[in-house]
Amino acid sequence: MECIFGFTGKDYVMTATDSTVSQSILVMKSDEDKSRALSKRIILLFSGTPGDTVQFAEFIQRNVRLYEIRNGVELSTKSAATFTRRELADSLRSRNHYRVNLILAGYDLTTESSHLYQLDYLGSSIAAPYGAHGYAAHFLFSIFDRYHRPDLSFEEGKALMKRCINELQKRFLINLPNFTVKVVDKDGIREIVV
Amino acid sequence: MNSILNEFKNASALYEEEVFHDSSFDWDTANGFTLPMFQFPAVHDPVKFLREITSDSSPCKIEIAHGTTTLAFKFNGGVIVAADSRASQGNYVSTSTVKKIIEINPFLLGTMAGGAADCSFWQRELGRQCRLYELRNKERISVAAASKLLANMIYRYKGMDLSMGSMVTGWDKTGPNIFYIDSEGNRLHGDIFSVGSGSPFAYGILDNGIDYDLDVQSAIALGKRAIYHATHRDGASGGSVNVYHVKQDGWVRIGGWDVEDLHWEFQDQAKPSPLL
Repeated sequence: MECIFGFTGKDYVMTATDSTVSQSILVMKSDEDKSRALSKRIILLFSGTPGDTVQFAEFIQRNVRLYEIRNGVELSTKSAATFTRRELADSLRSRNHYRVNLILAGYDLTTESSHLYQLDYLGSSIAAPYGAHGYAAHFLFSIFDRYHRPDLSFEEGKALMKRCINELQKRFLINLPNFTVKVVDKDGIREIVV
Repeated sequence: MNSILNEFKNASALYEEEVFHDSSFDWDTANGFTLPMFQFPAVHDPVKFLREITSDSSPCKIEIAHGTTTLAFKFNGGVIVAADSRASQGNYVSTSTVKKIIEINPFLLGTMAGGAADCSFWQRELGRQCRLYELRNKERISVAAASKLLANMIYRYKGMDLSMGSMVTGWDKTGPNIFYIDSEGNRLHGDIFSVGSGSPFAYGILDNGIDYDLDVQSAIALGKRAIYHATHRDGASGGSVNVYHVKQDGWVRIGGWDVEDLHWEFQDQAKPSPLL
């Protein structure tokens, strides 16, 4: 039921997660943030088995931070994605693997470019201009295919985000009243209202 | 840790007075921070073993206590925590005087839903770790940190048939806090939570009666009523309602009421208009 998605634009990436935490037929919470900041300009969105998601995301978060402290350099988005993918792939062949699907998005200052990676629990990692996990993928990929351009301005990005959320709220059976929308650009990560 | 200690011992005579020379001062960091370990059944797959012995078809089935209504909500005056007191094993009501609100320490409360043993064991362990934290840091642990200690302990046993749904509440530097933690690994921060088989009934009363500006007496009455209505509709909940109030200077137990007494008391009261 969880929806996480995001897309790149002209020198920014915009991401969204639904804010609902449900258990069987109950909504336990409707303002949960299903993402973690890996560094100043990299964000990790997660969905999957409860518990695994936060544990894995915070594990990655700590290791990326450790790398920064040890080496005095921030990881690029690609490096963070490569590291995360490897952890998932190693975990998959263990007795109790993490069942987590992720979207990793970031803005690299060195190349002044934005990147987005879609990772799943089987250890695949795809760099793409846009990505979505779960049921959201069924509804959103056609919208992205139709409206997404790599040079999308910030205002256009907000409009595209609004279209995505509207579509999910119109056609998806599950009630998802709230989404947490975030933008990553040269100034860092910030939450926005669309 | 001992090597660090020795450095300090030699470094200053002043410090030396404060250090125990007693040989019993042997803090073993490696062991001191480890979690309690259980002996697993001496079988190939302990998880499968437990599943078999708790399944319906087992010739000597172990019934684990289930069925509960517990709730906690934040308001102007702190947090109200309330719970029923029935313990059932399958169809059998084994006792009606269970304390499902666990007093972790004078500032933290936990609630019990799911396996009674799992909840009481792990929250007692949490109490121990919170005390250690307090002694080491000369400061009370935050509710966020305490709940994370519990969630992390529980996560290690994920998929091994622990069963618990618990709320950790308390008042710390950031004010009143409620965290929901379960054996799936969830840990959620929120204003209102209800856990257990009777929780949908309790939510119905809670969501419709909640107001942040409620005075203490009305808040207590709301918690009491929510549990009462849940025990009325949920067969696995019953006994009496226990209510606690978490305040800035720690929790206080408000009292316990037999739900049957409450039933006749509420029966005589006029129902409020839904328009209000």
